Amino acid sequence: MSTRRFAADVATLARKDLRLELRARDTLPAMLLFVVSALVVFHFAVPDTSSRLASNGLLWVAIVFTALLGLGRAFVPEREHGVLDGLVLAPCDRSAIWLGKGLAALAFLAAAEAIALPAFALFFSGIGGGTVAGVALADLGICLVGSFVAAMSVASRARELILPLLFLPLAIPIVIGGVGASVASGPGRYLAFLALYDAVFAILCWASFEYVVTE
Amino acid sequence: MIRAAGLGKRYGAKRVFDRLDFELERGDFLVVTGPNGSGKTTLLRLVAGLAAPTTGELEVAVERAQLGFVGHEPLVYRELTALENLDLYGRLYRVPERRERIGMLLERFGLWDARGQRAASFSRGMLQRLALCRAFLHEPELYVLDEPFTGLDDEGAELLDRELAERRPRGTFLVATHDSARLEPLATGRLAFA
Repeated sequence: MSTRRFAADVATLARKDLRLELRARDTLPAMLLFVVSALVVFHFAVPDTSSRLASNGLLWVAIVFTALLGLGRAFVPEREHGVLDGLVLAPCDRSAIWLGKGLAALAFLAAAEAIALPAFALFFSGIGGGTVAGVALADLGICLVGSFVAAMSVASRARELILPLLFLPLAIPIVIGGVGASVASGPGRYLAFLALYDAVFAILCWASFEYVVTE
Repeated sequence: MIRAAGLGKRYGAKRVFDRLDFELERGDFLVVTGPNGSGKTTLLRLVAGLAAPTTGELEVAVERAQLGFVGHEPLVYRELTALENLDLYGRLYRVPERRERIGMLLERFGLWDARGQRAASFSRGMLQRLALCRAFLHEPELYVLDEPFTGLDDEGAELLDRELAERRPRGTFLVATHDSARLEPLATGRLAFA
């Protein structure tokens, strides 16, 4: 299957998810409300004397749990009426379903962060280039791995438990890399670590997604 | 086109069916009958590749692009319109002259006036018509239809009769139904589950 055809399928599927969200508006508003609320709570809960490391750690906690909120709803339209069967039957590379879903999740997370990062700068401290680059790379990893795990959890009866139980351990390296990129004087090696994480997990998810959506 | 030998399917300890043998040649029209829970739907899902057999062999000599499937669910997004749903599948199946083909099917299945409405507002019968449009959109070679008359009113059922008769010479059909008499004029064989 050609790369161009694969890219066209991914774009078709991602556009469909964005259109569904524009209609239903049940994921992005929840993510926005959650991330802003979390930062407000952290602002009042953490003393003014707390270190930059601590405040950046809280930013990453807010990002990871906001992403988890969105990922929990990622496959709801497919699950509710068995539409995933229709996508699985389509003659496209099945990993296009995963990548399309991952890109849509990335768009939602980026939109939430467009509010969250200025809010963080307002409540805590300024945002540096290392943080922005770290967030961008981490978002990619979060959404690609998270979409994969979300697809796995769809088939399970205990899906609300399975998603965080599988996703959060896999997100630990992202938090380590993200916090490092935010506070280190030379964030280069943390950014390289995040890029490597993204590349490795993207390949793993791409290669194994077929087995997640077929029996 | 389809060859099953010693085919069996279990879900955990529950046996759905066992040691099933049948063949379907190109151009055949096989009607699958049997009481509820006898394994008709499971067989169709196996043939479509949506489930894997527990035992035996199943060869389906058709690519996914050439398979049209109608199941218990219409497999459409409820928040998208009829037109948007068919456009999505048309793109994924690389349907040539997609817009014209979608328009023609919507017209033929009596959904043209409802093309801009979300599927969530459709009745059961309209959803079934939309599911049939989705399955027929790419002109498949193999039609795997699970209770295709479900939810259709008299007019819709007659429409489907005509559609199946018209497609019969250029397709291969595996159809599960409780109303085998309706498909008797088209059928070349019957597979009865106990």
